[in-house]
Amino acid sequence: MSDKVYNTVIIGAGIVGCSVARFLSRYKGSFLVIDRDEDVCCATSKANSGIVHAGYDARNGTLMAKYNVMGSLMYPGLASELNFKFRTIGSIVLCLDESDRPRLEDLYNNGIKNGVAGLRIVERDELKELEPNVADEAVCALYAPTGAIVCPFDATFALAENAARNGVEFSFDTSATNIERDNGRWKITTTKGILFCDTIVNAAGCYSDVFHNMVSKDKINITARRGEYFLLDKTASGHVNHTVFRLPGKMGKGVLITPTVHGNTIVGPTAEDIDDKDDVSTTSAGLDKIRSQSSLSIRDLPMNMSITTFSGLRSHEDGHEFIIGEPQDAPGFYDCAGIESPGLSAAPAIGKDVSDMIASHLSLTEDPAFVPGREKPVDPLQLPADELKELLNTRPDYGRMVCRCEYITEGQIRDAIRRTPGARSIDGVKRRVRAGMGRCQGGFCSPTVMEIIADELGIGISEVTKMGSGSEIILGENKRL
Amino acid sequence: MKQYDVIVIGGGPAGLAAAISAYDNGCKDVLLIERDNRLGGILNQCIHNGFGLHTFKEELTGPEYADRFIREFHNRNIDHMTGTMVIEITPDKTVRAVNSTDGLIDIKAKAVILAMGCRERSRGQLSIPGSRPAGIFSAGTAQRLVNLEGQMPGRRVVILGSGDIGLIMARRMTLEGANVLAVVELMPYSGGLKRNIVQCLNDYGIPLYLSHTVINIEGNKRVTAVTVAEVDENRKPVAGTEVRYECDTLLLSCGLIPENELSSQLGTKLSRVTNGPVVDSSLETTIPGVFACGNVLHVHDLVDFVSEEAALAGKNAALYVQHLGTTNKELIPVTFSPEIRYTVPAFINMDSITGDIKVRYRVGNNYQNKKVLVTSGGKVLSQKVRRIMAPGEMEDVLIPADKLRSAGRIAEINIKVTDNG
Amino acid sequence: MDNRELTCICCPMGCQITVTMDDSGTVTSVTGNTCPRGDVYARKEVTSPTRVVTTTVRVTGSISGVRTVSCKTASDIPKDKIFDIISSLKDMTLSCPVCIGDVILEDAAGTGVPVIATSNAV
Repeated sequence: MSDKVYNTVIIGAGIVGCSVARFLSRYKGSFLVIDRDEDVCCATSKANSGIVHAGYDARNGTLMAKYNVMGSLMYPGLASELNFKFRTIGSIVLCLDESDRPRLEDLYNNGIKNGVAGLRIVERDELKELEPNVADEAVCALYAPTGAIVCPFDATFALAENAARNGVEFSFDTSATNIERDNGRWKITTTKGILFCDTIVNAAGCYSDVFHNMVSKDKINITARRGEYFLLDKTASGHVNHTVFRLPGKMGKGVLITPTVHGNTIVGPTAEDIDDKDDVSTTSAGLDKIRSQSSLSIRDLPMNMSITTFSGLRSHEDGHEFIIGEPQDAPGFYDCAGIESPGLSAAPAIGKDVSDMIASHLSLTEDPAFVPGREKPVDPLQLPADELKELLNTRPDYGRMVCRCEYITEGQIRDAIRRTPGARSIDGVKRRVRAGMGRCQGGFCSPTVMEIIADELGIGISEVTKMGSGSEIILGENKRL
Repeated sequence: MKQYDVIVIGGGPAGLAAAISAYDNGCKDVLLIERDNRLGGILNQCIHNGFGLHTFKEELTGPEYADRFIREFHNRNIDHMTGTMVIEITPDKTVRAVNSTDGLIDIKAKAVILAMGCRERSRGQLSIPGSRPAGIFSAGTAQRLVNLEGQMPGRRVVILGSGDIGLIMARRMTLEGANVLAVVELMPYSGGLKRNIVQCLNDYGIPLYLSHTVINIEGNKRVTAVTVAEVDENRKPVAGTEVRYECDTLLLSCGLIPENELSSQLGTKLSRVTNGPVVDSSLETTIPGVFACGNVLHVHDLVDFVSEEAALAGKNAALYVQHLGTTNKELIPVTFSPEIRYTVPAFINMDSITGDIKVRYRVGNNYQNKKVLVTSGGKVLSQKVRRIMAPGEMEDVLIPADKLRSAGRIAEINIKVTDNG
Repeated sequence: MDNRELTCICCPMGCQITVTMDDSGTVTSVTGNTCPRGDVYARKEVTSPTRVVTTTVRVTGSISGVRTVSCKTASDIPKDKIFDIISSLKDMTLSCPVCIGDVILEDAAGTGVPVIATSNAV
C-alpha cells in the first residue's frame, strides 16, 4: 500500500460507501474505498428487497425519515445520470382486517408529515384494480405512487464506477483491523498495510459498530438481522404490479412481494436477529415462513417457480435509527451506521450529505473536471440490427451468447471484467451483467464464464473463483487431484 | 428475409435426427440452428457408454453416437448455423436469432421443429437451506468440467439425486480421483437404471441412501459440510436422523426441465406434467406447423428414443410443408388411468394416420405384473403385459394404424393399467 | 461354500440374486432371479466380472479449443483392472488431431485390450 495520505478513506464498498465516494468525487481530493471482500456490493447491498421506499414508514422526525424521503427524490435523476435500472411502480400496504384501519391511517398521516407525495388510501374495489391477485381478505390499502424498485447491484456498481471515473481509488480484500489517531491524522491498520487519512467514513454495514467503537467512547451496538428471500422466475411476472406490503397485524409483520426491475418477482424477507455477522445461510424454517406468509397477501403466488433463495443481513442498531456523521469525541470520523431498511432508499441522500460534511470539514473545493454521468453498458440485443452488425466487425463477442437464460453475450461479460472496478469472479460477473442470474443459475454458462475470466485476467482456470480467494471452483486436474 | 421450408431449433440428438428425417422425407430446404459452436448437444459431454443399443445394435459412448448422426447430417449437406442463439419465434414462424457474424437475423420458415433439450433443476429451485459457497454444482455442470475441460470441481463429494446423471457422475468423479461419500435420494426408489446403480455405485462401494435428503449446506467460501437426513412419507426430514458429511462438493442430480421459454413465448400450450408442449400424434404443437421432439417435449431416459421420436417430428414437418394449407385435423384425446402421469402424444390426429402410433408414457410409482390396455369405445386396440413399470423408465404402447383407421368415429383413446391375470 | 448377493441389471425389476459357489469357486446354485437372463448375468458377474472403462485424456494443439478427448476400452476388461487402466492414462497427453477410433493405448494395463478415442479433437 502506498505512503499516500488520503483526504478520506471509506470503509465499506456497499451502496452507502460507494454513494459517499461518488458524491465526494465532485470535490478535489484523494479518496480511497477499502473493502474486506473482493468486490463492490458483497454484503448487505447484494441481498435485499431492491426497493426505493416512498418514505411513509419511517417515523417523522427521524434521520431514517429524512434520508429516505430525500433519497427517494434523488433516485430518478441519479438513475438516468448513471444509467442504472430503476422503475417507479408504486407501493401498496395492505390492510387485511377492518380493525387495523386506524393503524393504516396512522401510516398515511406519518407519510404526509414526512412530505411523501401522492399518498392515499384506496378501498377494496380500486385495490382489486391495482392488484387483481390481492388476497380476498384485503379491505383497503395505503397506496404510494412514488414507491419504486431499483437493481441494488447495478446502482452500487454505477456509483462505484462513476466514483472511480472521477479519481476515487478502490482497494479490495482489505480488512481494517484497527483505527487510531496519529499526529492529527487517522491511522488505519489493514490486512494490506497501514493507511493514513484526514477523515474516515464508516460504511461497514453490520461491522460499523466495531469501527465506531474503536474511536468513540459513546458505544453503539449493531445486530445482524437476517432476512431470507425467494426469487421467482420471470415467467411468474405480472402476478403483482406493485410492491405489496402488509400492515403489521395479528398475523405478524408479513413479507413483501414485489416485481424486480429485471422482471423477476421477489418474496421476503424474514427478520431474525443472529449472532454471526456473516451468516447468510437460508433456513428451512425461514423459507417455510415466507411460503406461508406470502399467500396471506397475494393469491396463488407461484412459489414453485422459485429460481433461487438467498438471505441478507441488515445492520440493525439498538435504537432502530441511522447514525450519520461525527461522534462528538471523534471529529473527522463519519459514521454511516445502523443502515437497515430504508437504507437502499436513503443511500444517495446519505452519500451527498456526508460528502458535503467532509468537504466542509476539509475545505475541499469542487472539481471542475467532475463527470457526473456513467455511460450505459452495451446491451447488444437492445441495439438496432444494423448498428449491432456494424459493432460486430470490431467486437464479434457481442454476438456470442453465453448466458442463455438472461441472453448475455461474451462481449458484455468481457466489458464487466474491464470496467473499473471490474469483475474478478463469477459472482462479480453475475452481479454486473446477470450472466448466471437466470433460471438455470449458471448451470450452463458458468464454465464459459470461467474461461472468459481466466482469459481477461491472465490467470489459470483453476484460479477462477466464485467470490474471491478461497472460493476456487476447480480443485485439480483429472487423475491428478 | 431468408426463408426455409423447415427450421430446426437445436443441434443435439433430437435436432439432428429431425433434420435428417425431414430431408429424407422429401423436404430438402432445411436449416438447423445450434447455440453451441458444434453439433451434438449434451452428448458431447456424455462420454460413458450405453448409447445406441436400439438404434445401432451396439453400445456407443455419447460422442460416438452423436458423431454417427452428425456424419449423416453432413452427408446430406443440410444447412446449419452453429454459435447461433434463437431468441424468438413468432407465430407466423419467423425465427429471430443472434450470432457473431450476422448479428440479429430473422429467418422465415414454413415449419419449425423445437428441439432445444432441457436444463437441470438448480439448487435454488430445490430450495435447499444453508449457505451459498462455491462447490455446489448441477451434475451436468460437473460433467462438463470433468469430461470436456479435464478439471475436477471436487475432492470429497456428496451427490443429491440418484437419476442417471448423478450415478454416472459418482463413477466419473471416483475414477478421476475424487472420494464420493454418498448418493442421497429423496424418493424411496432411485430414478436411475439398475445397471447404473450396480456399475456406478456398488462397483466402487458408494452408498445410496433412499428416502434421504440434504437439509443443510455449510461453508462461507467453499462447501465444508452438508447435513443429510431421512425423510418421512411426506418427504419431510425426520428429526434425529441427521448425519453430517464433511465435504467440499455437493452435486445435484434432481431432475431435468424441458427448456420451453421460446415455446411459451411463441404461445404453444404446455403440459403441466411434462413442462413440454402439448402435441398430437404428428408431434405438432398447438401452433400449426410447429413440431416438438426430444427432451424439450418430455424428458427421455434413452437417446435412442429421442432419435426415434425426432425422426417422426421431422417426417411430419416435411408432410406439413408438402401439404401446406390442405390438411385437416381431427384430434381425439388420449385419456389414461391414474397410474399413468402423462402420455405423449396427448391427442391422436385421426386425419393423419401414417403408421402405427407409439404412445409414450410414464407411471407415477413402481408397478409389477400389469396389463396395459388401449381401448376406444369398449373396443381393445392393443394390449401389452408389463412385468414391471417404474417412474424412471419411459414406457410405450403401440396402437396399430389399421385398428385406428377402422375404428370409425371415436371420441377418445383410453390407456388403462390393470392387473395381469 | 460362499454366497454372493447381487442386484440383477438386466431389467428394471432389479432382482436380488443369491449365487452359491463351492470351495473351488464353481457356481452351485443361482436363486432369486425371475428370468433366465438373471441366471446368465449372475454366473458371469461372480466368476469373471467385466466392464468397459470410459475416461478422458488431455490433448494439446487443438485449433478448436478442445482440451480433452474421451476414450474407452475397445471391449470390456476385467473389473479389477479399472483403476490400473486409469493410472496408465494419467500422464498421457495426445497431440491433435485425434479421431474417433484412434488407438491411444495398445494394451490397457496388460489386458490385451486397446484404449480407443471416442471423440474427435482437431
